[in-house]
Amino acid sequence: MTQLFFEQLLNGLQLGMFLFLVSAGLTLVFGFMNIINLAHGSLFMIGAYAVAVLTNLTGSFFLGLLLSFPVVAAFALVIELLIIRPLYHRDHLDQVLATFGLILFFNEGVSIVFGRTPLFLNVPEALSGAVQITDTFSYPLYRIAIITVGLMVAAILWFIIVKTRTGMRIRAGTTNPEMIRALGVNIQALNTTIFVVGALFAGLAGGLSGPLTSVEVGMGENLLILSFVCIVIGGIGSIRGALLGALTVGLVDTLGRAFLPDLLGQFLDPATANGIGAALSSMSVYLLMIIVLIFKPTGLFPVARAA
Amino acid sequence: MKLKTLLAATALSALATAGMAQDALKIGMITTLSGPAGYLGTDVRDGFLLAIEEEGGTLGGVPVEVIVEDDGLKPENGRAIAERFLERDEVEIMTGVIFSNIAPVVAPLTLRAGRFYISPNSGPSQFAGKACHENYFVASWQNDTLHESAGIAASNLGYNNAYILAPNYQAGKDALAGFKRFFTGDIVEETYTQLGQTDYAAEIAKIRAAKPEMVFQFLPGGMGINFMKQYDQAGLRDEIPLVLAAPSADINILRAVGASMLGVQNTSHWNHDLDNAANVAFVASFEETYDRAPTVYASQGYDTARLIASALRATGGAVTADMDGFRAALKAADFEAVRGPFAFNSNNHPVQNWYSREVVEIDGEFRNRTTGIIVENHADAYVGECSM
Repeated sequence: MTQLFFEQLLNGLQLGMFLFLVSAGLTLVFGFMNIINLAHGSLFMIGAYAVAVLTNLTGSFFLGLLLSFPVVAAFALVIELLIIRPLYHRDHLDQVLATFGLILFFNEGVSIVFGRTPLFLNVPEALSGAVQITDTFSYPLYRIAIITVGLMVAAILWFIIVKTRTGMRIRAGTTNPEMIRALGVNIQALNTTIFVVGALFAGLAGGLSGPLTSVEVGMGENLLILSFVCIVIGGIGSIRGALLGALTVGLVDTLGRAFLPDLLGQFLDPATANGIGAALSSMSVYLLMIIVLIFKPTGLFPVARAA
Repeated sequence: MKLKTLLAATALSALATAGMAQDALKIGMITTLSGPAGYLGTDVRDGFLLAIEEEGGTLGGVPVEVIVEDDGLKPENGRAIAERFLERDEVEIMTGVIFSNIAPVVAPLTLRAGRFYISPNSGPSQFAGKACHENYFVASWQNDTLHESAGIAASNLGYNNAYILAPNYQAGKDALAGFKRFFTGDIVEETYTQLGQTDYAAEIAKIRAAKPEMVFQFLPGGMGINFMKQYDQAGLRDEIPLVLAAPSADINILRAVGASMLGVQNTSHWNHDLDNAANVAFVASFEETYDRAPTVYASQGYDTARLIASALRATGGAVTADMDGFRAALKAADFEAVRGPFAFNSNNHPVQNWYSREVVEIDGEFRNRTTGIIVENHADAYVGECSM
């Protein structure tokens, strides 16, 4: 039982790290540029397709992952220049409509180019198999790799945002965009950079998810909703919040699915417990969000904003 | 591209013949062409059109015009299209519906308008039982029978207990009920997952801890692909075998999952290697026309069209003009189905054989190989509730 609990904790941690990769870009773009980018899920899908195609071409997953970065960056650059830039000073509703249009556009585009059959992408040889943690307990190596990449990304982001001049500008821009423009910082260039970096995180998450999940049209949309929950819980615009929010969501979701039906089974008959358990565990993440929003309407790690 | 030409050719030939003799018979096809599940509708449509193409734009010698529209897997779209088809286009036969949340919207509209509804895929339980109707036919299967066959297969394979899981929605619950109806062993645990779930680590850990003899899952489309990949990566594929139903093991899923599916037992009413003349010709013709292997959905589209053809030939093209005649001709099911023996039960649902299949690797491609018949002339469980 303790072993199963430990395994489920690891599963929750892994899901959380994965959600962090998706949410990091989302929260940067929303926090700094004040843009609601629903097409973030499409960039996730583009990353996954790019990695699948390039892996099949080059024969190496790692090469495929590396080569997918310029592809995703190019897409992000074009999206930023053509669609996002004219929307900076528009209403959030306009941004939602435009980026929702992008979702439809990319979904249909991908079906036209690749058809509706999901693409094949498997775990690379070097990362397949399992790590023996105790004598009786092993954990898939690939999932451990995802946890590691998540931690690395968190560390790199922390370093950039806290220790570098660009990071300082980003923080300043999130707090008071008018002032930073008045001080002569080229905010246009900074916006583009942040959008592309955010897209790269989404693309990286998509590429990493390829071996675990189905590389198919619309694959990013389910995750997009969960990532929004993560950044709302964590506090919009805060990387630390995104990390914490993602870990919380990952753990609550996994542990809910794992143990709620059994827990309810202690005092309900099995069929009812199963039904209620399944329903409750799919709601658990959203219930958590409601509770957080009641007590901390700006999330757990709110970013200070100029009035 | 090839598809477009075929569509145009069908339309053109239909128009040409229409001009000569009578107006072409209109068939409305409401199906799911977009989104992740779009390949199901695409294949039903292509199988259907292939049968027309082979007859030079006719079915049973009667010129037909097929109007195809995408429902986008939304019941409200299905309703709007159905109303347009029935009122403006005056289709006499409605077909194409893939999903069981769309059929209960489209079928009653069609039946109330006095037209025929012939399903190439979805067969929800209510229309097999209490809500059965003389003008409602299912040319594929009643939903439950897909999973009943898996339950029988699992019992035949000698498994004494099973861990079963499905998404938490109606079709998922029906699937588990269907599996349990004929499975003779015990159910270790029943798990309902979220619809559209991507990560199955928690469920897989529970399966590992529960140590069942086998696992049955009904996770259609991308969910199943996610599950199978992760199940294999967790090292469980060799430890705890799976028995699946047809929708979890079509050729598109095998391609996307790859070696992780190797050796998996599954059941279906059709397979590409079934050795009957109609099927051999169909598989060759489909591959030739569309340059891809047919899925089970393509076979259903094709069978539906050929069923309609057999009835049209018998009535000389009369559908709504001779309701009783067309109905009787449909019910006779006088055609060579690519799945082999086929007959309609009293509730207008098929009585047919179910086959066991195993995933094998042939020339680097993963395909299903038929290993035997699980059950012959299997009827659905609801026929007794139908008053026809």
